[in-house]
Amino acid sequence: MSTAPSVETGATAAPAVENRSRLFQFSPARIVLYAILAIFCIYYLLPLYVMVVNSLKPLSEITAGGMMALPQQWTLAPWGSAWSTAQVGVEATGLRPYFINSILMVVPAVAISTLLGALNGYVLTKWAFRGSTILFGLLLFGCFIPFQMVLIPMARMLGLMGLAGSVPGLVFVHLVYGIGFSTLYFRNYYAAFPTELVRAAQIDGAGFFTIFWRILLPSSGPIAVVCIIWQFTNIWNDFLFGASFSDFDSQPMTVALNNLVQSSTGVKEYNVHFAGAIMAALPTLLVYIVAGRFFVRGLMAGSVKG
Amino acid sequence: MAFTETATRPGPVDRLRDALPKLVLSPTVAIVAIFVYGFIVFTFYLSFTNSRILPQFGWVGWQNYENLFRIRAWDTAVTNLIIFGSLYIIICCALGLLLAILLDQRIRAEGFIRTIYLYPMALSFIVTGVAWKWFLDPGIGLEAVVRGWGWESFTFGWIKDREMAIYTIVIAAVWQTSGFVMAMFLAGLRGIDSEMMKAAQIDGASTFALYRRIVIPQLRPAFMSAFVVLAHMAIKSYDLVIALTGGGPGTATELPATFMYSYTFTRNQMGIGAASAVIMLMTIAAIIVPYLWSELREKR
Amino acid sequence: MGFLDIKQATKTYGSVKVLHETNIAVEEGEFLVLVGPSGCGKSTLLNMIAGLEAITSGEIAIRGRSMNGVKPADRNIAMVFQSYALYPNMTVKGNIAFGMEMHGIAKPEREKRIGQVADLLQISHLLDRKPGQLSGGQRQRVAMGRALVREPDVFLFDEPLSNLDAKLRVDMRTEIKKLHQKLGTTIVYVTHDQIEALTLSTRIAVMFGGYVQQLGTPKEIYDNPANMFVAGFMGSPSMNLFPAKVVSANGAAAAEISLANGSAATIPFAGDRMSASVGRDIVLGIRPEAITDRDGADRNSKAIHIVEAPVEVTEPAGSDTFVVSQIGGKDVTGRFRADVAVKAGDVFPFAFNMEKAVAFDPESEQRIA
Repeated sequence: MSTAPSVETGATAAPAVENRSRLFQFSPARIVLYAILAIFCIYYLLPLYVMVVNSLKPLSEITAGGMMALPQQWTLAPWGSAWSTAQVGVEATGLRPYFINSILMVVPAVAISTLLGALNGYVLTKWAFRGSTILFGLLLFGCFIPFQMVLIPMARMLGLMGLAGSVPGLVFVHLVYGIGFSTLYFRNYYAAFPTELVRAAQIDGAGFFTIFWRILLPSSGPIAVVCIIWQFTNIWNDFLFGASFSDFDSQPMTVALNNLVQSSTGVKEYNVHFAGAIMAALPTLLVYIVAGRFFVRGLMAGSVKG
Repeated sequence: MAFTETATRPGPVDRLRDALPKLVLSPTVAIVAIFVYGFIVFTFYLSFTNSRILPQFGWVGWQNYENLFRIRAWDTAVTNLIIFGSLYIIICCALGLLLAILLDQRIRAEGFIRTIYLYPMALSFIVTGVAWKWFLDPGIGLEAVVRGWGWESFTFGWIKDREMAIYTIVIAAVWQTSGFVMAMFLAGLRGIDSEMMKAAQIDGASTFALYRRIVIPQLRPAFMSAFVVLAHMAIKSYDLVIALTGGGPGTATELPATFMYSYTFTRNQMGIGAASAVIMLMTIAAIIVPYLWSELREKR
Repeated sequence: MGFLDIKQATKTYGSVKVLHETNIAVEEGEFLVLVGPSGCGKSTLLNMIAGLEAITSGEIAIRGRSMNGVKPADRNIAMVFQSYALYPNMTVKGNIAFGMEMHGIAKPEREKRIGQVADLLQISHLLDRKPGQLSGGQRQRVAMGRALVREPDVFLFDEPLSNLDAKLRVDMRTEIKKLHQKLGTTIVYVTHDQIEALTLSTRIAVMFGGYVQQLGTPKEIYDNPANMFVAGFMGSPSMNLFPAKVVSANGAAAAEISLANGSAATIPFAGDRMSASVGRDIVLGIRPEAITDRDGADRNSKAIHIVEAPVEVTEPAGSDTFVVSQIGGKDVTGRFRADVAVKAGDVFPFAFNMEKAVAFDPESEQRIA
């Protein structure tokens, strides 16, 4: 019983229909099945393949109609250009400063929203009070509103707070609109956490924070990973807030990438665009591949099942 | 033990301790009250004012809404949302369900395949947009490639075509999200009682009948969740349009989200922008509120 | 005044009163069992004693000190939970030490007490393991160790055996009883299992519908149930309850009952306690062991009466055979010796030990005599 409650809903558990003999048996139906699955693998991998190979070839090979081919002449020049010399907006700085902006934005926003979410989830499940479910519902609704609804007043508010057009301003915005989801994750997780443990700790004399710190937090590893991945991906990938609330020198990576690709001056350097796109995708992709198991489990455990 | 003698009357310290949980929750409550609900009220109010480049407070009644529905671009945006939204939801659900069922057949390397199907979810819509923008570009992308392979008459120029461009957005959006829907359905499938599946097999149900009659009807909650998530993503779609088509050609791929942004921040029609945001909110609320209501009630 | 005093205690959730005015005085060293079906208010009462739920009105006092408004940690109580509630991230030692640590007890003292408790419960070899590595019985011991080490005024047990399998449950039951006899601690123990209640307790409070139906020693509860609920709930198989009419036969009060074959029988009551009730309809209660075959009847009883009744079903249970007949439309079970030659369909002599019979009012369901 008292092992950590698991969020796993059986993503890796045995499939519903038990039929071991099928496993080693290749009937025509099985071959068709694997063929279909393989075709979809190609479908999902194709854009990634296009991005990678074209970021490693000279521009001339792309414009000559060789987008699907492997590079004839391998080169890292597009990567170098995208990183440090490409013209993003007005200046030829490459994407490097914007990459750094994104890091500076995402780390504090994720850390704070996760911690607050954990505390909120703890209060909402183990110290529930009259109206706490309604409160949680209101909090959750805030996750789903179209952010167009808050753009205008938020722009003013950031101005009033002296955070307009700055990285701290973006951290703040992401924090505000990230709490809902982190609370959701932790609430659902802690709801399955045995309340008797909290009661036992109360009788043992532990207070509010001691129970959180000594009893709940040590068992929160899985959900913390899920929450961090979710917040990291969402905040890193955000475009709307970045485009609305940043100045030239505080733009996050997504906005800079879009500027790079959409800039109408000069020749379109597709290979540089692809290199830049991979750079923008790399952190989240890396997180997904390294910690993907948890991510999938988290999604399956009901990221959206309230 | 020597800790039996404590005051029974609650002192200030005790009262602070009792209030602690609410105190911990209060920053979040304040933030949500101001930055979600306060702002909603503010934008709602703005939609009834003559705000242009900056918020102003001259009351104009329903005029912004009347104007909004007269603007051709809004009409296009709404039509596009209906086309995009319904195709996006239907295709994602169909593909997601198909892939989930296929993956549920004791597939070798299931984890690996699942990872491949799901990874687009980790990407930014901007990255997805860039990849598909150039892949679908007739000059260098698919069309050029196929022609290079020898099929000289092949054309695929949807992205430059006013009529067809909206469908390229569907293609890219489906590519990004269908794996996620697959994961939701897979979780639903794995949650079905395996004894019931065995019983159906003993009853002589074919695999097809098993899924159609027993399994898929039980996936209703997964369908509901998928619908809610996809519908709300469709309504909020902004990044992908900006990166893929920029709303073009012309205004052919404008969606309400891009419309709102351009009217508010580049065309300086803040009142109309606010009105369009209010309509987006109402649409989402119509989907989300009943869903949250039922979910949270069940939990009690 | 008792050691643990529950005075006029009530609990209300919204408009629902889940516990009505309850008075129980527990003496030091007593083993009180609160027993009843789920939803009867027993766990609520226990949680109120623990301070995990607030008292709506009334008072709970320990050692004469009112506990209203006192935090669980300051009541000097310890609790063993149904799920044991061991902290999964701490070792067994950590679990046992946690409460002492929270109360600021110095490390050498903690170590000493952990050693004593671990010896007592024979869990010394488990101290460095995590709860996840323990069997159900071991977890149970650790949970008790965690409670014992606090040396509390009152131990609270919340259905501690219900997660164990049948065999282990019986072993642990014995163990808890031994522990109580050895340490002489005051215990309040919640269970829905009436056998646990009868075997463990020095006193039992039978609860139902938010009321204490009867408070008494196991023998009182078993032999003299206060009402039909207690009669039916305590004992297994439960007490036979069937309609009867009090008549006067040969100058003494007797119960007239109707048998399945349409005939009626009269059985005289022992003594004259029913004389005042002649003419009344009653519900007669007799435990299965007081309905036997002729030779199996209690030889010390002066009120054995034979009724020839048709046998409906026989249920051999190894040591005994349970024989069922219909009386007044109810199944009535008798406990016969295992080797009695009786089969369904026979008309067979049933020996009623009327010294053990009790009578209830069919309307109020309360005991008449």
